[in-house]
Amino acid sequence: MKTLKYIFALLFLSATFVSCSGDDENTPVAVNPVEGLNMIYEIPATDHTVQIYSEKQNLEVGYNEISIRIKDMANDKYVSNAAPTWMPMMHMETMEHSAPHSMLTNSEESTVYKGHIVFQMASNDTEYWEVVFNYSLNGQQKEEALRVSVSQPADGLKKTQVFMGSDDTRYILAYVNPKDPKVAVNDLQAVLYKMESMMSFPIVENYRITVDPRMPGMGNHSSPNNVDLTYTSATKMYDGKLSLTMTGYWKINLKLINTNGEILKGEDVNEGNPESSLYFELEF
Amino acid sequence: MKAFIPVFPVKGMLMGWLWCALICGSFTTQVYAQETPADSLKLIQLNEVVVISAGRQLDHQKQRKPLSTLDEFLESSRSIKMVKRGAYAWEPTMNDMASERLAITIDGMQIFGACTDKMDPITSYVDVSNLSEAEIASGQQGTAFGNTIGGGINLKLDKSNFKSTGWSGSLESAFETNNAMRVFGGELNYSEEKFYFNLDGIFRKADNYKAGGDEEVKFSQFEKYNFSINSGYKLAEDKSIAATLIYDEANDVGYPALTMDVSLARAVIASVSFNQDTLFGNFSNWESKMYYNTIKHVMDDTQRPDVPIHMDMPGWSETAGFYTQAKLNKEKHHFFFKWDGFYNKSYAEMTMYPTNSNEPLMFMLTWPDVRTKNVGFYAEDHIPLKNASLKLSTRLAYHSNMVADDFGLNSLKIFYPEMDRTNTRFLKSFSAQYHKMLSDFHINGGLSYGERAPSVSEGYGFYLFNSFDNHDYIGDPGLNTEGSADANLSVTYKKPIFEITAGANYFHVFNYIIGKVDSSLSTMTIGAEGVKIYTNLDYAQLFNASLSGRYSISNAFKLTGRVSYHRGVDDEGENLPLISPISYRSAIDFYKNQFSASLSVDGAGEQTNYNPTYGETKSAAYATLSASFGKRFFLNDNDLFLKAGIENIFDTNYSTYTDWNNIPRMGRNFYLTISYSIN
Repeated sequence: MKTLKYIFALLFLSATFVSCSGDDENTPVAVNPVEGLNMIYEIPATDHTVQIYSEKQNLEVGYNEISIRIKDMANDKYVSNAAPTWMPMMHMETMEHSAPHSMLTNSEESTVYKGHIVFQMASNDTEYWEVVFNYSLNGQQKEEALRVSVSQPADGLKKTQVFMGSDDTRYILAYVNPKDPKVAVNDLQAVLYKMESMMSFPIVENYRITVDPRMPGMGNHSSPNNVDLTYTSATKMYDGKLSLTMTGYWKINLKLINTNGEILKGEDVNEGNPESSLYFELEF
Repeated sequence: MKAFIPVFPVKGMLMGWLWCALICGSFTTQVYAQETPADSLKLIQLNEVVVISAGRQLDHQKQRKPLSTLDEFLESSRSIKMVKRGAYAWEPTMNDMASERLAITIDGMQIFGACTDKMDPITSYVDVSNLSEAEIASGQQGTAFGNTIGGGINLKLDKSNFKSTGWSGSLESAFETNNAMRVFGGELNYSEEKFYFNLDGIFRKADNYKAGGDEEVKFSQFEKYNFSINSGYKLAEDKSIAATLIYDEANDVGYPALTMDVSLARAVIASVSFNQDTLFGNFSNWESKMYYNTIKHVMDDTQRPDVPIHMDMPGWSETAGFYTQAKLNKEKHHFFFKWDGFYNKSYAEMTMYPTNSNEPLMFMLTWPDVRTKNVGFYAEDHIPLKNASLKLSTRLAYHSNMVADDFGLNSLKIFYPEMDRTNTRFLKSFSAQYHKMLSDFHINGGLSYGERAPSVSEGYGFYLFNSFDNHDYIGDPGLNTEGSADANLSVTYKKPIFEITAGANYFHVFNYIIGKVDSSLSTMTIGAEGVKIYTNLDYAQLFNASLSGRYSISNAFKLTGRVSYHRGVDDEGENLPLISPISYRSAIDFYKNQFSASLSVDGAGEQTNYNPTYGETKSAAYATLSASFGKRFFLNDNDLFLKAGIENIFDTNYSTYTDWNNIPRMGRNFYLTISYSIN
């Protein structure tokens, strides 16, 4: 009989284990639309402020995802009909140029306007970046200019390539995702622009970028099942797959191929050639 | 919920066991007269037993070298050959099949090594000091111990088992010149009708050994110690409980054939069992056991010069299990039933330290925390017939693997995007073995079919480097169950002073699992030649034949000899790797008036059937000669036994087909063993 008691005790315990596992996922939580983002700049105006958010602590050379909110001081509310546009400008000593950038849209959150800018270079004491915002507030067109500081990425890894293709066109290729690479098949994402003039950087559509990840520290070990980056018109970005078989330092060797199949930049990696001239660097 | 996943199966087994104990226990009060087995019953002597028991008196004379390692004992068996990666932790193979195709248990307990490179076969976690014998069963005859293709080996622990011997103890020491191996061992036993305990310990330390011609084999040193305690208590005349604890630790183990050594290989093995003479009246010899073991294995390359990249490779393996078994005699039938199960957790990782110390560490899971569950039912019936007997056996088992670690699952999904976390299979085994006696002839023949699940490395290994063929290996979670149909036949002609046996077996292995080169993959290990993926071949064929004989020249002199032939080919007729060439062994033994001596020769022919694509090079023919002398003295009531010998007398420099990277075996070696037992 004693044994029976233990069995019941065990049965009871196991039932408790199972019942404990019920989770409370239905609790309603007020969602903060800028959760996880840092407010890196705030432009104070007379009756409103413009807030600039980034996932990072500051703007860096390369792809920057930026969110802005405009707060109407009159009613303490964030506006959802500002239809903002922006224009990044680099003011150098002898010349000025812009940077590849997307439109600002509020499709996910009505009060948060999201977009990205690919800064090609860092700012310094004499050469600075300025972003000019145009938006409407209560029926009035506004303009605010913000001087921003852009630094080289702290990790020193190359994630942006500005280069001249074999077609004599200057391209800007910037790494977007994965932000947090894993030992897995990662969704690889990048943006590709070309420089039409100092002020115009249109998106390049329907090219192809081959992906060959390598570990120079491991005898140039590579991984299987990578998928080339191809253009997705919905996101206006290039999507592919990136397999990483272990943590560490990876060099993602790339080749840019135009719609005619011509290689514009980059080389195959093989015994004689350990790396391509077009690449991204990753560490995790 | 995740945290409870590991608990559940163990708990399930515990409950199953408790249920069984409860149901069975309620019948224990009924006592029936136990049916005595028929005298005419002769067991089929296909199963070989290698006597190990170092401490038991009178056994010494049977052994050429009493304190040798367990590996050497197993190697002396007629059906086992050992794969060597150095002087320590050899891997047993049987019928030319290694660990993953064998069921190797310690006292019926399932134990799985924690090393991804098979540097710790489970035979390395026990020592001769705590074993009495090794039961060896070929092919499906081994399924009593677990799912197997090639056979089963059960290492039986040495126990006093309620004999009224009182206190006894012994001290033993041995020294070997070649690698300066020092062995110290001792045991203390107490046994009476109601209670016994056995306590023993052994310590071994060896330096690098020298191959023939005084060639030092670097990184072949090792050091290990092993303690064990066994105890039993009689609850009633027909009921007893017993418990076992083994602690085994090896340090500083060199592996000359690999690029790294082992700084720690540690096992803790524990069990409790309940025994009862009868069950439900009809059943007898009821034994139930619950066990747990945990193994930690740490590979280390810090002692090696010129490693391209420093790496740490620790591995863990934990197993919990149970079995309950009983016999049943009914008219002509002698049944044996066994219900068993285990739950294993295998986890191994690799961290590499980049030459550029600013770069982050490189980390991968080489075994992604694979949880294996196996529950099986085994039954055999032994039927004596007129001048013949028939043995039928079957094992039916449920087997499942689950990848518990997400990091590991995502790693494998790089290769197998569609793979499932869990894989379940049902394993079957059937066997019929017939024995016929025709005057002086004994004819044994059998047919069987058995299955096994892929091992953790074959199913889930991630860039496991194999230095034998210099390739990285990747497992395939979608592998099919491997099955084998086998047939065996042996004929023995037996006279009191003379015996000769000719035997052969053939295995047709379906879905034979082996690594195949995938040239599209890039190596991970620096210097590796390529990457292999574990794949199912349609089939492979293995054939073994042997001729062995024994002749008693006189009461004192005995001559034995054995020669064997082996062949293994894949589905394209190509040679399989690690198949023995023709090998032979012959010995003349002398025993009279407590003095023993032996002279033996071991050798193999040239390996003509080898396969370079599996990293094999042809191994040359060789022969070695060894001799031993022993004398037993009685000092009052006590017993002193001295044994000395020379192995490889001519200091031959040789390596066999099993030696990784053709590392030569030990050259001339003198040894001396002293054991003193107090009765």
